[in-house]
Amino acid sequence: MPSPKTKWEQFIAKRTANIAYFSALLGIIMMVLLLRIWYLQIIEHSYLLSRAENNRLREVYLDGHRGLILDRNGLVLVTNRPAFELSMIPEDMNEPKNTLEFLQKSVEFNMNDVLKSIKNVATFKKVVIKSDISRDEVAFVEENRLELPGVSLQIVSTRNYNYGNFASHLLGYLGPITAKQLARVIKKQHSRNDFVGQTGVERAFEKSLKGRKGLRVLEVDAAGRVIKVLKRISPIGGTNIQLTIDYETQKMAEESLKGKAGAIVAMDPNNGDVLAFASSPSFDPNIFSNGISAKNWSRLLKSGFHPLQNRVTQGQYPPGSTHKIVTAIAGLEEGVFDKNTLVNCPGYFKLGRKTFRCWKEVGHGSMDMKSALIQSCDVYFYTLGLKLGVDRIAKYARMVGFGSSSNFKVGTERKGLVPTIEWKEKVRKKPWVLGETVVNSIGQGYNLVTPIQQVRMVAAVANGGKMVEPKIIIKDVDLNNEKGEREHNSLLPFSKESMQFISESLRGVVEAPRGTAWRINKGSFGYAGKTGTAQVVRRKDIEPENIEDIKYKYRDHAWFVGYGPIENSEISVAVVVEHAGHGGTVAAPIAKKVMDAYLNSPYTVIQRSAGSKNRSNTIRLVDDTANN
Amino acid sequence: MLTNRHWKRFDRTLLGLTLTLSMIGVVAIYSANMQSDLIFVRELYIKQVYWILISIVAMSFAATIDYAFIERMAFPLYILGVGLLILVTFIGKVGGGSQRWLSLGWIDFQPSEIMKVILVIILARVFNDIKKRDPINAFDLIRPIGFLVVPFFLVAQQPDLGTAIIYVVIFIGLVGFVRVQTKLMSFLSIFLLAVTPLTWFLLKPYQKDRIIGLLNPEEDPMGRGYHIIQSKIAIGSGGMWGKGIFEGTQSKLNFLPAKHTDFIFSVYAEEVGFIGAIVLISLFCSMALRFQNIIKYSEDKFACLVVVGLGAMIIFNFVYNIGMALGLLPIVGIPLPFMSYGGSALITNFICIGLAINVSIGRKRLV
Repeated sequence: MPSPKTKWEQFIAKRTANIAYFSALLGIIMMVLLLRIWYLQIIEHSYLLSRAENNRLREVYLDGHRGLILDRNGLVLVTNRPAFELSMIPEDMNEPKNTLEFLQKSVEFNMNDVLKSIKNVATFKKVVIKSDISRDEVAFVEENRLELPGVSLQIVSTRNYNYGNFASHLLGYLGPITAKQLARVIKKQHSRNDFVGQTGVERAFEKSLKGRKGLRVLEVDAAGRVIKVLKRISPIGGTNIQLTIDYETQKMAEESLKGKAGAIVAMDPNNGDVLAFASSPSFDPNIFSNGISAKNWSRLLKSGFHPLQNRVTQGQYPPGSTHKIVTAIAGLEEGVFDKNTLVNCPGYFKLGRKTFRCWKEVGHGSMDMKSALIQSCDVYFYTLGLKLGVDRIAKYARMVGFGSSSNFKVGTERKGLVPTIEWKEKVRKKPWVLGETVVNSIGQGYNLVTPIQQVRMVAAVANGGKMVEPKIIIKDVDLNNEKGEREHNSLLPFSKESMQFISESLRGVVEAPRGTAWRINKGSFGYAGKTGTAQVVRRKDIEPENIEDIKYKYRDHAWFVGYGPIENSEISVAVVVEHAGHGGTVAAPIAKKVMDAYLNSPYTVIQRSAGSKNRSNTIRLVDDTANN
Repeated sequence: MLTNRHWKRFDRTLLGLTLTLSMIGVVAIYSANMQSDLIFVRELYIKQVYWILISIVAMSFAATIDYAFIERMAFPLYILGVGLLILVTFIGKVGGGSQRWLSLGWIDFQPSEIMKVILVIILARVFNDIKKRDPINAFDLIRPIGFLVVPFFLVAQQPDLGTAIIYVVIFIGLVGFVRVQTKLMSFLSIFLLAVTPLTWFLLKPYQKDRIIGLLNPEEDPMGRGYHIIQSKIAIGSGGMWGKGIFEGTQSKLNFLPAKHTDFIFSVYAEEVGFIGAIVLISLFCSMALRFQNIIKYSEDKFACLVVVGLGAMIIFNFVYNIGMALGLLPIVGIPLPFMSYGGSALITNFICIGLAINVSIGRKRLV
């Protein structure tokens, strides 16, 4: 329909192309927007979703109640107590340093340490100023709340060792988790800043004691306020662990060692239950519970007596005359001597140009094996040892557990040393000298044993030749999927007669008038044992009569290994007192006290009258309601 | 005045799109604030509904008035608009660091918003007055530039950079449509490209921060990068289908700033995902097509130019706002048309639709 176009019609006709261009441009822009949305919502979706979740979710771990540690009769040795922890959030403070200086007026803490952790901590995370503050300090903080913005008090659970130094080497202590431990443990079981067992039972049974962490997933808004709790998993308390330790026996052992350095370990020779485990000097594990202070730590390290060392499993001593038990068994079993073989002791023993003295200078005269053990005649065993040779003695020493680990689950063990000809050539690069065999047969020279090896050895004598492994946990504790202890006993291939003979001889050591442990015979349940006096340095020909005149570090170690009652023994014990003198005068009386304490204990009496050695029948005075 | 004929002829699709977008906006505003502690903030969506009702009245008025009358009233309206802007600089209410609002007692009113429509009308009038040349030359541009510059500076000093930019966009849109001589066009394009980088030196420090924040938001995630990062997280975490209506966490937990105003798109995209975003963009594209259609079939030059100016403004608003939420464009206070919370913008946008509908009905055909 051709009609004359108005000016307007011409105008709009010219702009049709304009409109088309514009549509194309708009189309392109919309495609760009859509592509961008697609990129964010499809390609980057999972990453951005995780960031959104990260924005709003906070995971808070809740610690379970750490398991208690009890003695064999249910007495609570280790528990948890509430303590006040003083902490701050640096972001909530105007000038942290000023606030801390104000705080320092009444609360003692290390300013530099706190300032250092402020620098290292993530934003809006708390910095602990001081854990376990005193009542007075709590009062000061509460009174000055207004002056202390960003400072807060929290109640935290703190490990408490009810009896302080009691069995500290056995129980162990807690410390902040190390990077290495953190890498090893199961995910979510532990986290940074946790305190975990660093030694002793606390470490050995960490997983059971710890329990399972709880978790709370919180939804927070941009201001960090909690909007709601999305998920809550309650923590599960740790397992209470009942030890084989008997409180009374342990206490007696520790009291006997007070002021001395040494170790005592007592074990039920029938099943390996460790009844006492004392190492002296000891320490108070409570000082570790909130992180040990630098002052306390250096005090422990600098002490010349090494209070942190666990002498029961790590103290290596020459066994001295207690080793005569091993030499005697070797002599009988190898048929080198029989029990009636006589040796004359003139007070010395000559080998070539060398002279070895008996402890009794005038000599014992003619001795059979029993009297040699009872009176601890050195010359008799020099003679026997030389006939046996060092390697045959070593064979029997190994059989009774020397030179190897006793598989005790708590702490690390040292293996001691059983010398042989091969060992000396290999390690010392020197040939064996016969004189060394002579001193070796009475437990001097290169021999080294630990108290826990000694108690196993003497327990085997007590129970008629059964090598029991020491156990620390009462059998029926249900460990939290953790490998517990299993009873692992082996029978020594020794003849019954030999074991019977050794046992009678050790009885004589206590009961015979000339026995080296005669002092402990009076009023006893009937004990047997062997004393030992281990030389630290080669004995001089003339030595001061009085022990006080010898320098401490050159004094002899006093040993006693024994058991009681003689029939149906219930306890075997090894005692070593460092640099204390004679076994008979120092170590044996301590052993008696410890054994008396156990055998007199009402729990033992009840158990005995129940007429059973089976622990599952014993009366357990455990308060089962104490489980959480 | 609304007769049966009006009803039959006007662009009902455009009206439908407008109301649909407004309703989506109300739901999004409700969702953004439903968990707020303040009742006042929680109930902003109700206020938005009231604003929509008021806007519909304003729209009906704009749709039915004779636009020849509007053309005649262009100058008085312009004087009124500029007068209000001057008034704001003296007695305006300060909010968010800028002086934009006139308090009318029960409501606060933003004159720079209605000035957008007035600017469109005055420029359309001025360009319509140039009858001699097609395309126009440099002299013909002097008058329009004059009308632009006055409100531009009045608004820029409030400061309200977003609105000032919209004024320029309206101008450019109209000039582009009216067409200037090719040589002049090339000159102006090169001039603009050369001048744009220089504006950097005129920007305030916080405005510079927004541009730096856009280029590398992760460099200062709690500061200048915060808005962009949180908006991207909100949109991206929605995924294909979204977290579900009223289930967005970024908005409800306040990680997303300015959520019911400038970042309403992020609230929407978080909850309804990529699918929802496609729907929204389709709605706006349809709206753009409706404008194009009205321009094509408009009956005279003034009416045509008015719709061109208004269309350019709404489309630019839309593209810029979404581009900003997506982290493509620097953050400037440019709201999403029909959806962002805000009465003045809502009324202005509805008036635009009203004028477009007015043009769609036609004047000559009616009589």
